[in-house]
Amino acid sequence: MFRYTVRRLLQGIITVWFIATATFVAMHSVPGDPLIQNKAVTAQIRKNLEIKYGLDKPITQQYLIYMGNMLKGDFGISFTQQNRSVNDIIVKHFPVSATLGILAIAFAAIGGILWGALTALYRNRLPDIVIMFLVILGISVPSFVFAALGQLALVHLNALAGHTLLPVAGWGTVSHMFVPSIVLGLGTMAFLTRLMRSSMLEIVNADYVRTAKAKGLPITRIFLKHELRNAVLPVITVLGPAIAAITTGGFVVELVFAIPGLGRYFVQAVQQLDYTVIMGTTVFYGAFLVLMVIIVDLVYGLVDPRVRLE
Amino acid sequence: MSALPAGNLPDNAFEPVTAERRVQQLTRPSLSYWQDAWLRLKRNGRALMSLYIIVALLVFTLIGPLVWRVDPASQDVDQVSQAPWADRTAVVVPPYRSWDSAPTAELQADSKPLTLQLAEPATTQAVRVTWTAEPQASGYLIYRNIMLPGPEHDLGLPLGELIGSGQTRFEDRLDLDPMRYYYSVVPLDANGAEMAPGPPLQVDVTRVITEELAITRGLVHEGTKLADGDVVRLALHPFGTDYLGRDLLARLMYGARVSLFIGIVAPFFFVILGILYGSTAGFLGGAVDSLLMRFADFVIALPFLLFMILFKIAFGIGPGESGIMPLLVALVVLSWPGTARLVRGQILQIREEAYIAASRLLGAKTQYLILRHMIPNTLGVILVTLTFAVPSAIFTEAFLSFIGMGVAPPTPSWGSMCNDGLKTMLTHPHELIFPALFISITVLAFNLLGDGLRDALDARMRSRE
Repeated sequence: MFRYTVRRLLQGIITVWFIATATFVAMHSVPGDPLIQNKAVTAQIRKNLEIKYGLDKPITQQYLIYMGNMLKGDFGISFTQQNRSVNDIIVKHFPVSATLGILAIAFAAIGGILWGALTALYRNRLPDIVIMFLVILGISVPSFVFAALGQLALVHLNALAGHTLLPVAGWGTVSHMFVPSIVLGLGTMAFLTRLMRSSMLEIVNADYVRTAKAKGLPITRIFLKHELRNAVLPVITVLGPAIAAITTGGFVVELVFAIPGLGRYFVQAVQQLDYTVIMGTTVFYGAFLVLMVIIVDLVYGLVDPRVRLE
Repeated sequence: MSALPAGNLPDNAFEPVTAERRVQQLTRPSLSYWQDAWLRLKRNGRALMSLYIIVALLVFTLIGPLVWRVDPASQDVDQVSQAPWADRTAVVVPPYRSWDSAPTAELQADSKPLTLQLAEPATTQAVRVTWTAEPQASGYLIYRNIMLPGPEHDLGLPLGELIGSGQTRFEDRLDLDPMRYYYSVVPLDANGAEMAPGPPLQVDVTRVITEELAITRGLVHEGTKLADGDVVRLALHPFGTDYLGRDLLARLMYGARVSLFIGIVAPFFFVILGILYGSTAGFLGGAVDSLLMRFADFVIALPFLLFMILFKIAFGIGPGESGIMPLLVALVVLSWPGTARLVRGQILQIREEAYIAASRLLGAKTQYLILRHMIPNTLGVILVTLTFAVPSAIFTEAFLSFIGMGVAPPTPSWGSMCNDGLKTMLTHPHELIFPALFISITVLAFNLLGDGLRDALDARMRSRE
């Protein structure tokens, strides 16, 4: 277990290095000049700016400086936002994205497991057919459509109620968090429901379930202890990719609901070509996702004693 | 049997056994793999339905623009943000005249202070309101809202400021649509501070057009004589128009070209790249294999959408380009490792199969083995991958266009149309709903077809229903 963890972490570090290098190469092959964006710059100002951002040095040296700073956890300063460091942006806005993401993943996981178990129990009967239809719909509708429709529904709901039941946009209070996290989690929930259903259908026919029934165990106990617990395992394995999907889906939801999360700043930085912010957030997100996948795999080994992590 | 005495049997008690030659005949004709798969697919109602939908979408995209010959970039300024179910009639009126030359209705003297009133019927040409003077007012502010002002909504768009003139009438010609507006007037006191607004006036604006415009825009045949008060029908937009008055149906057709092109061509290329890469690794094996696959692992570990965005920036879009090619290249560069892994796994597995050994024992050459056994046996899995890759590519394009990193305007794509529609979502939801519907239906169809194909083609991956 310990050796496995160390090996995975080492692999993870190499992957993050690969991500950082790819980001560096991609950003340095961007056509155009980062320093003159609709601004007339004299030669002296230009030179000073180049020195400030280290662009006067040869590219290999820039790469080494960039990697060195990143090891120290320093992502540099923003190109477009005055006097703001990338670290500052990440520290200030990532918690918002993380809160939204955690709520969404909790909603998706709980909903997915419950609906999946329900459809399996009611296999080929009305609840199954209705839920599976909704699931296919959920997989086929893009997250931004969910976000927009969710907002539209909120507006009409508020108009119907005559006063603001739930705020349509913004962030800050608990009531702001409901709809965005549900909207963000819907696609993942549909995906998890489908997975849970097939995993549950497999387990309902397993020998140990039949044994439990033959022993005369109460049906709720069989469901909770034998079926649900075993059926949840495959769901845990896909939580890593699901977290990645929710993270990037968060960009859109943050944009639509005007939530000051890191995703919105990333999209904004991309639109404004804010080089350091793009590089910093990409590497940060990349490292975060790599770490999440490792954690999910480790948790899987803990939850399922049959899995030997070697 | 031994109880029967032998001598009592008639001569014809025994007849010679004839060899049964029909034993070897099969009960049904032998089906090839593909015939079998096709039969299975045809039995799957949902998959067949989605196949029809995909064909219909292709017809819509390829043949649609030949039938519906409206330029997706041309603007119909009479019908901006027009919903498809909205009334398309316009009343013919004389050309616009300034208000001074027009007669003004006098307000009754006994009306309460600050009662707003229409001076003449409200049209898209102009809305003219008058109000009773507020004795202490030094000036007035005029507002317009599309929702009834109240505690939840403010007075709306500030239209004008009348200060010191004592004028109690206002003409609004700002971007009028044939819909309901609420006008409010706020008097200003001697210090210029806002006083309590008067009750809002509800105004239903009718669409009007002048005779000259009706003729120049081709709404009536040339030479037709139009009298004031005649009704003409404006150009037909079956799906309505967008916020710039562009025909939504035409834009959906041209947008489908972009979305479906990327959705089908990108998977096609990255699957081919994946097959080449994966089969090379699988065939060569050993150190080359592990090196190649380690690299593929790294590419898989890249956060997909982040790097799509990054590559999109890196490839750049020149002026006047649509940005489809960078999108395509970025998709191919990032998506091949999945297929490569799959194909490599298949090749490694098939290489060990008994029928390969048998074929080799019968003297088959490597080339024959590849062409006759390896490729046909991986084709099913590859086809399924391809089908599932289409919706995810369409999703990716839509996502990128939605955040403004996809195709560059004015090229329409379903994703960028959704992005445009979002801005007018509250007042004109059809601009968002139609492109969103098209994306969803396309993705749904390809997903269901993929499910069906997987069930039909791949016995091992067959989902348990």
